Amino acid sequence: MNNVKKGVGAWALITLVILYMGFLIIAPIGALIKGTFESGLMPVLQSLSSPSLLAALWLSLKIALIVVSIQAIFGTVVAWIIVRQDFFGRAVLNGLIDMPFSVSPVVVGYMLLLLFGRNGFLFPILERLGIKVAFAVPGMILATLFVSLPFMVREMIPAIKNLDRQQELAAQTMGANPWVIFWYVIFPQLKTTLMYGISLTLARALGEFGAVLVIGGGVQGRTETATLFIFRALDERHYVEAYTASILLGVFSVIIVSLTDMLKRSQKKRQEEIDLQEKLSLQS
Amino acid sequence: MKSELLQRSHKPPWSDWLLRLPGILYIGIMIVVPLFTILQDGFREGISELVNQISLPIAKHAILLTLWTSALMTIINAVMGLLTAYVLVRFEFPGKRILNAIVDLPLSIPTLVTGVMLVMLFGPQQALGSFLSEKIGFDIIFAPPGIVIALLFVSFPFVVRNIQPVLQELDRTQESAAATLGASSWKIFWKIVFPNLLLPVLSGSLLSFSRAVGEFGAVVIVAGNIPMQTQTAAVYTLGAVESQNRLGASAVSILLIAIAFFVLIATNILQRRLEKGQ
Repeated sequence: MNNVKKGVGAWALITLVILYMGFLIIAPIGALIKGTFESGLMPVLQSLSSPSLLAALWLSLKIALIVVSIQAIFGTVVAWIIVRQDFFGRAVLNGLIDMPFSVSPVVVGYMLLLLFGRNGFLFPILERLGIKVAFAVPGMILATLFVSLPFMVREMIPAIKNLDRQQELAAQTMGANPWVIFWYVIFPQLKTTLMYGISLTLARALGEFGAVLVIGGGVQGRTETATLFIFRALDERHYVEAYTASILLGVFSVIIVSLTDMLKRSQKKRQEEIDLQEKLSLQS
Repeated sequence: MKSELLQRSHKPPWSDWLLRLPGILYIGIMIVVPLFTILQDGFREGISELVNQISLPIAKHAILLTLWTSALMTIINAVMGLLTAYVLVRFEFPGKRILNAIVDLPLSIPTLVTGVMLVMLFGPQQALGSFLSEKIGFDIIFAPPGIVIALLFVSFPFVVRNIQPVLQELDRTQESAAATLGASSWKIFWKIVFPNLLLPVLSGSLLSFSRAVGEFGAVVIVAGNIPMQTQTAAVYTLGAVESQNRLGASAVSILLIAIAFFVLIATNILQRRLEKGQ
């Protein structure tokens, strides 16, 4: 519709944008793929069977799954109270949620170290209880929770705002209890958004590096996640292993996010079709 | 009327707290307690010691390097993000959908992997890197240009995705009126389109600036860790933590948090204005 005759200027702009994105985004991705398979497929397959790579991937996945489950529950609760409840300090709460987005991951790890490290404020209590947080997996989970906190809440807020409240009201007047209303009326409407939030959180959690480096220390076999493995492999000049792990991590994150993105889009399209049909039936 | 009915439903007054308490506690424990801890630690020796730590030569250089590379990135990103959004919304061309999908890639690629990719493209042992370095004398890896490119990669989606919806919703009658009156496309863009995009460009740029100031994974790989040369504030903090320099680590951390905080407030104000305008 806006496809009026394109002048030289339009084509120049299009070319410029394609060149820019090609240079900035596509070329580096290509360089990683080319460099990894430079000496054939065998070294890549070999490094895939490296026990420390597998252990690191497994730890990353474990941390990410724990973080995603906690975030799915508490992220939804936080989004819910921000949209549906009115209380003192709600605006502050809403503003705080974006903080992790711009605080440096190194600072996040350091803050947790100040709390849980050897000279930390909570160290005496934790030691008496026999819980190790710093330089251990619990600390890394906390760090990953911090950095990935905004994603679920920010996805959920608009979805909760758009909920059809008449259905809730109807269910309520018919005497359904809050649990039933949640599972049968609210949850089905939020499902797609929840999955999208989960995939964004998962990708962010798998890719976290700075915060888990500081709080976890990156001890091989104990607190080494996939990103920390890449960092160490680069340092020790095990390049093929580092590149292979980078590709795995990159491809995995991109696939999760794009799959759920497609899901979200198809859902939106279906909704639009339903809306259109309703409109047409009203007119006729 | 409807919402009143919902609110006045016969539920006990404490039932709201069933969700409110866990929600507030979660944010309090996860975000407020760590922030408070670091503020308490940094100001322990007084504000003059904090200023002292920040103005040590190595720390100061790292902070200034972080600020100027982030600022340069923000300017380039604002211009190119605006262009990209404009091209993606206003023009039809083959491959447009692929291009649109590529915009989001930096959001899902781990930043450490971004750093690895850039070293493989521009590194001194690579074809392109050695060509630029030897023939033109332009070093990218282990030099500030590498930092700027890494930051550009990481924050590319922010400006584009902020502008796209606004541009899509823009009423085009004014533009066509100006066109029939004989205004050039340049003039139409500057006088009619651009004023509407100023807020989203600004808020997207601020967002990418605050992200860039704290960026670590991509920068540590691309820039290396050379004090007084390529060490950024986040990398300096890591070094201070590792060498048990608690005062230095806390001081620079607090500065980074303060920058993030003020930029966040500015972005929120802009965003609110944007929503009001729509």
